[in-house]
Amino acid sequence: MSQSTWPILSFLIFFPVAGCLVLPFLKEEKTIRLFTLVVGLVEAALCLPLFNFDMTQQGYQFVERAEWVKDWGLSYYLGMDGISLLMVLLTALLLPLCVLCSWSYISKRVKEFHFSLLMMTSACIGVFLALDFVLFYIFWEAMLVPMFLLIAVWGGPDRRYASLKFFLYTLAGSTLLLVAMVAFYWAGGTFSIPELSAKTYSFKFQYWTFLAMALAFAIKVPMFPFHTWLPAAHVEAPTAGSVLLKMGAYGFLRFCLPLTPAASQYFAPMMIAISIVSILYGGFVALGQRDMKKLIAYSSVAHMGFVTLGIFLFSLRGFEGALMVMLNHGITTGGLFMLVGAIYERSHSREISENLGLGKYLPAYMFFFGLFALSSLGFPGTNSFVGELLVLIGAFKADPWIGAAIVPGVMLGAAYMLRLGQKLAWGEPAKAKEWKDLNTREWAYFVPLAILVFYLGLALGLTLRAMDPTLNRVLDEFRSRSGVTATATVPETHLSLALETNAAGQAHKLPR
Amino acid sequence: MNFNSALFIPEFLQLAMTLVLFLQALAKPQQEQAAGGASLAAQTAWVPVGAVAVAVAAAFSLGDSGMMFWDAYKIDGLSQFFKLAVAVGFAIAALNASNQPTLEANKRADYFMLLSLSALGLMILASAVELITIYLALEISSYSLYALIPLRGKDPRASEAGIKYILFGAAATALALFGLSYILASQHSSYLAVLTTKPWSWAEAPLAIGGLTLFMVGFFFKLALFPFHFWCPDVYDGTSNETAAYAATVPKLGAVVILIRLAAMLKPGLEITTVLAVLGAASMTFGNLAALTQKDIKRILGYSSVSHAGYVMLGLVAASPKGLAAAGFYSLVYLLMNLTCFWVVCRLATDGRNLQLDDLNGLYKRAPFLAFVLAVAAFSLVGLPPTAGFMGKLFLLTSAWNRGYDWLVIVAAVNTAIAIYYYLNLVRHAYTREAEGEFVQPRADSALWGGVLAAVILILGAIPAPVFKWAEAAGRQLMP
Repeated sequence: MSQSTWPILSFLIFFPVAGCLVLPFLKEEKTIRLFTLVVGLVEAALCLPLFNFDMTQQGYQFVERAEWVKDWGLSYYLGMDGISLLMVLLTALLLPLCVLCSWSYISKRVKEFHFSLLMMTSACIGVFLALDFVLFYIFWEAMLVPMFLLIAVWGGPDRRYASLKFFLYTLAGSTLLLVAMVAFYWAGGTFSIPELSAKTYSFKFQYWTFLAMALAFAIKVPMFPFHTWLPAAHVEAPTAGSVLLKMGAYGFLRFCLPLTPAASQYFAPMMIAISIVSILYGGFVALGQRDMKKLIAYSSVAHMGFVTLGIFLFSLRGFEGALMVMLNHGITTGGLFMLVGAIYERSHSREISENLGLGKYLPAYMFFFGLFALSSLGFPGTNSFVGELLVLIGAFKADPWIGAAIVPGVMLGAAYMLRLGQKLAWGEPAKAKEWKDLNTREWAYFVPLAILVFYLGLALGLTLRAMDPTLNRVLDEFRSRSGVTATATVPETHLSLALETNAAGQAHKLPR
Repeated sequence: MNFNSALFIPEFLQLAMTLVLFLQALAKPQQEQAAGGASLAAQTAWVPVGAVAVAVAAAFSLGDSGMMFWDAYKIDGLSQFFKLAVAVGFAIAALNASNQPTLEANKRADYFMLLSLSALGLMILASAVELITIYLALEISSYSLYALIPLRGKDPRASEAGIKYILFGAAATALALFGLSYILASQHSSYLAVLTTKPWSWAEAPLAIGGLTLFMVGFFFKLALFPFHFWCPDVYDGTSNETAAYAATVPKLGAVVILIRLAAMLKPGLEITTVLAVLGAASMTFGNLAALTQKDIKRILGYSSVSHAGYVMLGLVAASPKGLAAAGFYSLVYLLMNLTCFWVVCRLATDGRNLQLDDLNGLYKRAPFLAFVLAVAAFSLVGLPPTAGFMGKLFLLTSAWNRGYDWLVIVAAVNTAIAIYYYLNLVRHAYTREAEGEFVQPRADSALWGGVLAAVILILGAIPAPVFKWAEAAGRQLMP
């Protein structure tokens, strides 16, 4: 662990909060938007020192640690490893884009909107960087209030119901996380996550704490039976609010696997089964949607199924795939939500049937839509292909049956996305004639996302290099402590072997 | 009599303030003829300032220790911590009540005298370590409160509330006195120092256990712990907003301090500790469930205080220095966040009526800053970070784990999820609904003090260590 002198991580977390303190003194709506945009860009610039990140190290870097409440063993403990690096970069990048995409979409209570947005970014980054359990929990919960306001105030027609559901669900999940946290403090004598991860706990203890934590994370992901808040919340949330939510899966990687390895192993079949159900169920439900945002929200359920599946395969490919899908989901689904927001500003409807035939009149819009839709269904050359492929490889390696079970999920992805894209591009135009194509502001936030789609799809070497040491560490620790030495006992099939060499070749061709 | 006046400064100042108010109340009739209502109202304007002076004195006395009045009165970490909390609570409540709309100008001096006397009783209670002294201090604080509750213009609901409070209170204190006699009979002492050395299990001292349980009932009543909570929502509902703000917060500190002193005698696993745990679980669950359906804000806060009384039990059953400290810290935090909530309520009810949830509609537009203050207080009452309420609850949960009451910790955590609904309702009405029709605008200067209170809640949530240090020291003195 390297101790840094300049508190980069604290700056990253608290810079948006500092921006919030200035906001109440600004009067003009335009100044507020510009100011928040500048804050977002500076925040992204603050990420530049992160390129000092040593990609050969397995441990936490840029560590900051200070005593906080000594009597209870709380410390202000931040650190960054390969997983959090990518997540933080994604969050920081999305902030200015969110400001841009809400530029004309949000017209009431502009100040409060940007206040909530900045608060939420801070909390999100804090979640990814906290290495103290309590600090993590504080950021985790602190995210609820701004998110609640984003949905409840600026959401769609059903926003009151959606926001309440969101709040009750996620808070109910995290109360047991609080109990698990307290239990770990007594079992491990500290709230520090790296130190807690180094200790071994009895299986009975792991069993219960795993369930308590998994419930909190599964609700946040969301996984199948707990997913019902997501369509409600994401549909009603303004575009910017729909984008910033990737916490649950991170929790599984950071807490469940290192802290409760034996229980994770024990519950893996259940988690894998639920993930497969999520993939298939999400896909089928998405297929039947008329509302574009709902369709994308259900596709998120399916994508998140890939993430949890990848995690609970306990192999490097699975982990890589899960992390890639998380990143890609932020980019692609974020892009799709922004696209729906953009068309909503023109048609004032999210119904597919109200937005037909855009191909002829809004070609640039349709280009981006096609791109993100292809990316969402995992078309080769785009980012999601890599993630889903890695998860598939992991799945086939672990058990061909698991792999076989999710193949229909991939096809469903193609079905619902192509159906949506086809109707939007070539449907009978109803009102699309009068609408204008993308303006400069909209170009400004779609282009970076489009670049990322191709960059992560074609040149993922840097990303894998950033995450691999950390994932190897997580995996090694997991294997040594869960009593499992090798993951795949099933002989490798021809198909998975082929896929393996393919992906490995892709990864190794790039400079190390 | 070993009397050390230096150790007695906070109580002495409070007593002096009460006496001055008493004189002002006596001098009233002549003045009324001379000047009229306006000067009468201005007459008591110094009370918040005086209360702050008491709080400062109490803060300076934090490190003191000593015994007084034939060892019945103990100055230690715990007593000084709670004296400071009482003084701070009294100062805020006095400031809150200074322009009470439902109180006639010629009753102000009497009102503040009673309020001050009640706070004095609680200060004495914080230091009392002898059962009869405890009982007397409890009565000093209760009797003045009995007289305060009905003071709400000519509102019949206030009289009803007053009668309810005095009947329940009299019954509860009678039980406490009855229990006291049993403790005396079986343990042959009324000094806590002596009682600590005696056995407190059912097998060894059944009579004393019965007596102690009954004695505690008097304090459960004060604390509004289930099943002694029935007065609580009704009294808050009936009495004026400002009196409710005081009655809901400061007297609870007195109850907690005595329960902490009594709990210091107990060990986990004793029957009486289990009684505390069961009552705590019942109280938090019942309070939260009952609050879900309320529409009146004071009734919501009433039931919420029933549930918070349950949370405090977590620290008491832990029977460790840290547990007692956590209970002390939490009651201080409870005082602050509840007074903050009441502060907003009192500012909005400019004509002194009872506020309904719908009266909060559109608050973000009418009074954005007050809406923010209300949101901070409400989220703190739920226990959401980064507020002091979260830290207090975290300390309580952490202290009670692994002490044989893990189930109580889980019940408390689950209760947070229930409670969020009705606290969130306050925020939802303030932020997501639009106001219909005309509303009275709250006074502009009210935002300042509300902002100070909200800032204190947030700061205590971010850096609880300096304040908790005092509570910890108190806990360690009680249970070395």
